[in-house]
Amino acid sequence: MKKIKWKHYAVYFVLAFCALYFGLQASAGELSFSTLLQLEQATIAMILAASLSLVVGFLGELSLGHAGFMCVGAFIGGKLSTILTEAGTMGEIPVLLICVVIGGLAAAVCGIIIGLPALRLRGDYLAIVTLAFGEIVRSLFRNAPESLFGGNLGIRTPRYDRNELFLIGFALVLVTVVVIKNLIRSKHGRAVTSVRDSEIAARACGINVTKYKLLVFTVSAFFAGVAGVLYSYSNYQVSSAKFDYNYSIEILVMVVLGGMGKLGGSLIAAAAITWLSNQLQLKLTGDLAVLKDLLYALILILLVVYNNAPALKNLREKLSIRNLMVRIRKKHDPSKVHDDDAKWDRIPTKIMVDEVLSVDVQVKSPYTPDKAKKEDK
Amino acid sequence: MEFIETLLNGLSAGGTYAMIALGYTMVYGIAKMLNFAHGDVIMVGGYTLFITMGMMGNPILALILAVVCCTVLGVTIEKVAYKPLRGASPLAVLITAIGMSYLLQSLAQIIFGSANKSVDLMELGNISLGALQLSTYTVITLVASGVIMAALSLFVKYTRTGRAMIAVSEDRDAAQLMGINVNRIITLTFAIGSGLAAFAGFFMTLKTYNVSTTMGAMPGIKAFTAAVIGGIGSIPGAMVGGLLMGVVEAFSQTSPAIAPYTDAIEFAILIVILLVRPSGILGKKRREKV
Repeated sequence: MKKIKWKHYAVYFVLAFCALYFGLQASAGELSFSTLLQLEQATIAMILAASLSLVVGFLGELSLGHAGFMCVGAFIGGKLSTILTEAGTMGEIPVLLICVVIGGLAAAVCGIIIGLPALRLRGDYLAIVTLAFGEIVRSLFRNAPESLFGGNLGIRTPRYDRNELFLIGFALVLVTVVVIKNLIRSKHGRAVTSVRDSEIAARACGINVTKYKLLVFTVSAFFAGVAGVLYSYSNYQVSSAKFDYNYSIEILVMVVLGGMGKLGGSLIAAAAITWLSNQLQLKLTGDLAVLKDLLYALILILLVVYNNAPALKNLREKLSIRNLMVRIRKKHDPSKVHDDDAKWDRIPTKIMVDEVLSVDVQVKSPYTPDKAKKEDK
Repeated sequence: MEFIETLLNGLSAGGTYAMIALGYTMVYGIAKMLNFAHGDVIMVGGYTLFITMGMMGNPILALILAVVCCTVLGVTIEKVAYKPLRGASPLAVLITAIGMSYLLQSLAQIIFGSANKSVDLMELGNISLGALQLSTYTVITLVASGVIMAALSLFVKYTRTGRAMIAVSEDRDAAQLMGINVNRIITLTFAIGSGLAAFAGFFMTLKTYNVSTTMGAMPGIKAFTAAVIGGIGSIPGAMVGGLLMGVVEAFSQTSPAIAPYTDAIEFAILIVILLVRPSGILGKKRREKV
């Protein structure tokens, strides 16, 4: 019988548990308005972080325009939901589903549009194109006819029951995670990570780099659009000012804090940052509000320097949780590692692969001919 | 006549962009990183002007102090944040730079508050050359940016240090083997780039008469776009890109129908140019070797 690896499903369990826990509390009416709002914001942030993690962590390309995709989803989905609600022929849930799909698809189309130059560019050039894209989208929605997207003020979107919206949010997070996780663990996902580690080697192995880059950008944009629609439902107003460059950076911070190429980490970081920024916003008022940004910046710099500085490599290894676990369990035995034990929830980065390859394998009891002869007798 | 006036106005705005773009492109060429905090160095320059003008009231002295302050800041940022990451993945360096940009902005906001500060550098009138009506500002920035760009080009081309910079940007390891102190060159590049940012901050303050904590953000992004359009890593490229950016901006702002879309047009030009020439107008195409 195939052994089920519970580790792979831990994310789903945690999410389902959270949804159930808060859902029960909400139905008992024990959650305050601000908690509900925070939960909605957390789910939006989680979808955004998971989708950006696909591009940054797994494809290895930097995208600085993620808020742009979200903007498309929020405006298209928000407008559509207004129209459909006014028409009044459908219930709330079908309207929401339609808006989520259409908003996501609209963003996905933008993903294809931005993915096309991405095929020719890489690295820094691509990052600046995505940044430019985000600004273009914002500018277009801001300057669109006021009857359509409301100009500077943006559009008003229909209300949705706060007690239920966060559950829908959790469901959407779950869908996002299922899709992205399965994509990563599939043949296509391995192709994507191989493109990240070495595009030339991937090309040489017959991987269609173009196709996979486009695929990743489209999927990522789709979910950013979904998050946008959710945002339009959570906020009664959608204006282009929200989706600026700083917001894209905030999503990027979540992905970086969670650890590149680790989906679960991104989700935790997204939830934690949402919670933290809400708490800080409550505690730090007035002039002190900027301290929040200062704290973010410091955390970001220190974390990245600590995690990446070549000079700190030894310190990192000393303090790493993985090594600590190994020391506690003392179970790490290379001879017991099976070939099918590949951990796809933690796909090794290029540097890690190099490390693995350079390790000298130590055989515990070296085979010696003399010993073997004695045993034969 | 109006056409020429718009063109000259555009070129003067482009001169400021080029000044910032030069900082981006030099750092990219030599340290192979995008210095996202560059826009915020401009802002620090602006606030230095605000303080020194308040204390002394002499614009030239204020400019000199701003240049010194920005240079020191640029070098400090490089030593503290970027140097430990040399040899790490480019993404890590980029994210640190973004963090640095955030840090400078929020620090400025804590120290000076979020309201704009007004800085009255000098009164500027108009100059009429024949039938041309130009503001003194346009003339000053045109001449100054022209002189600075020419000086920089000559410095890079004809001095020992300048040629060492080119060598490092071509091949860092080979340059090191030739006895060039790469670390020193990188520090120098940051110093020059930040000094240019102070000039850009001076021109911007001269035009708008006030400074704010986000004054460097949008011009920074636009100048960066200009550097990429021109071919990042190439010094003439940054000048061409910056001037192009300024001219496009000036012309699109003359028509009321297009004016709101100025930003979108500028960024669309970037995408179009990168599609036609993936490494920018004057950028060199680098083939990756295995």
